[in-house]
Amino acid sequence: MADQKFLHLENIEKRFHIPGKPDYVAVTNVDLEIKQNEIISIIGHSGCGKSTLLNMISGLDMQTGGYIFLQGKEVVGPGPDRAVVFQNHSLLPWLTVYQNIEMAVKKVMPELSKDELKARVEKFVTMVNLDHAKDKLPDEISGGMKQRVGIARALAIKPKVLLMDEPFGALDSLTRANLQEHLMRIQQNVQNTVIIITHDVDEAVLLSDRVIMMTNGPEATIGEILEVNLPRPRDRVALQKDPEYTRCREAILSFLYEKFAKEDE
Amino acid sequence: MKYELARKIVLPMLVFAALIGVWSFIASVVENFPTPTSTYIAAFGGVDADGNEVTGVLADPFYIANDDDKGIFWQILASLERVFSGFIIAIIVGVPLGLMVGMSKSAQYAFDPFIQIFKPVSPLAWLPLLLFIFQDINMTAISTIFVTSIWPIIVNTALGVRNVSPDYLNVAKVLQFTPIEKVRKIILPVAVPFIFTGMRLSLGIAWLVIVAAEMLTGGIGIGFWIWDEYNNLNYHHIIIGIIIVGVVGFLLDLIMGKIADYFDYRKKGRA
Repeated sequence: MADQKFLHLENIEKRFHIPGKPDYVAVTNVDLEIKQNEIISIIGHSGCGKSTLLNMISGLDMQTGGYIFLQGKEVVGPGPDRAVVFQNHSLLPWLTVYQNIEMAVKKVMPELSKDELKARVEKFVTMVNLDHAKDKLPDEISGGMKQRVGIARALAIKPKVLLMDEPFGALDSLTRANLQEHLMRIQQNVQNTVIIITHDVDEAVLLSDRVIMMTNGPEATIGEILEVNLPRPRDRVALQKDPEYTRCREAILSFLYEKFAKEDE
Repeated sequence: MKYELARKIVLPMLVFAALIGVWSFIASVVENFPTPTSTYIAAFGGVDADGNEVTGVLADPFYIANDDDKGIFWQILASLERVFSGFIIAIIVGVPLGLMVGMSKSAQYAFDPFIQIFKPVSPLAWLPLLLFIFQDINMTAISTIFVTSIWPIIVNTALGVRNVSPDYLNVAKVLQFTPIEKVRKIILPVAVPFIFTGMRLSLGIAWLVIVAAEMLTGGIGIGFWIWDEYNNLNYHHIIIGIIIVGVVGFLLDLIMGKIADYFDYRKKGRA
């Protein structure tokens, strides 16, 4: 039932022109197929081009070589079918929580009636447990709550793919765990195709069906792909003793710190 | 708290007393220079040093004797009308121009050299040229104010646009906003406080300039009135004029500041 070639990256390359010097090749030779409703993480050291890769999928940045297809259609620019949760949340500070989500829904689903619009926005406010804060401005809520609004805003426009660029990177570890729980719970209810950029090993294993490990730049590419064969829903505490969890963690750690250790970090 | 309030009241009063002292000293040295007392009488009415009954300038600001002799209120009104006419035209032209210069690199390259060259030109330098073009006092004054006001509005609008975080623009890209939606929903909310800063600066300068412009154009207006009173040897009125110009300018800035705060999302819901 799930389209095997839902999202397809074909021989992606990103090179930068630097005047007077040879081109800098950030990412090269990336081939990847992502199935519908699959959650994948892309992990790697900083500078491995993982954010660049995500930006190319979102269309905010264009690859210099190769193709990206979403359901057989080539990606040529940004669009609401690939919603982005930005690391710094990117909420508009002059709009309330509700208005931030409403603005996105209104634009992407202009056919909704006033009541339908309200119902949809409120559904997603509730989904991230922010009913009590829906009339607050972003500056009046915590970082974790802002990121939840960001997630709600992205999901509310019913994207085909949810792209998350180190979504919890700027948060403390407790808040981060809380948000991971939110994300897993939401994913149980609303199936989404999700791509998460992260540098956190536990986060990658906990959230993903597959973990894509990137080699170091320049000329970064996919080093290994790890299948995480853990049943859902996953419980972070119980997982600590699960041999599959341990295997996955070790595989990633060994990739990051043995095969592709980075000296200057 | 109480001490703070006392300082706020007592200290300005001390400075006021010192100013009156300096003024009295100048009046005692310069022949025929108005004293504080005689200026007060000239302003609010009373009996002057020669025993004549005087109607103060401020006691009857609304009189109209004839077209060339009107009360101080009408003089101020005439000046304000000119300032706001020129100022509003400057907003209508300056804000879109500033948005363009801020949003498009091409527009920036095209206009920036000229903005930089014309911005430092004293508006009064334009006045003879504008008088030659329009051959009309009112049009000349208004267009002088327009040339005065437009630069800070363009520059600050463009600055506001450049202050829009690329993250917000990425949101607009993902949602596929049209250029007009982008301006309305992303750029203007960020730029509006900057635009109002520009407008506040413009209005301040416009009020400075109108006084000088009216001295040159003549006719009616607070600037002309001050110059006219100099020619009539009514030195008291010059001082009264200066104080009125100051108070009106202060009020304009205060009102503009309040309006600016109202449209600034960063100050909404706080206070």
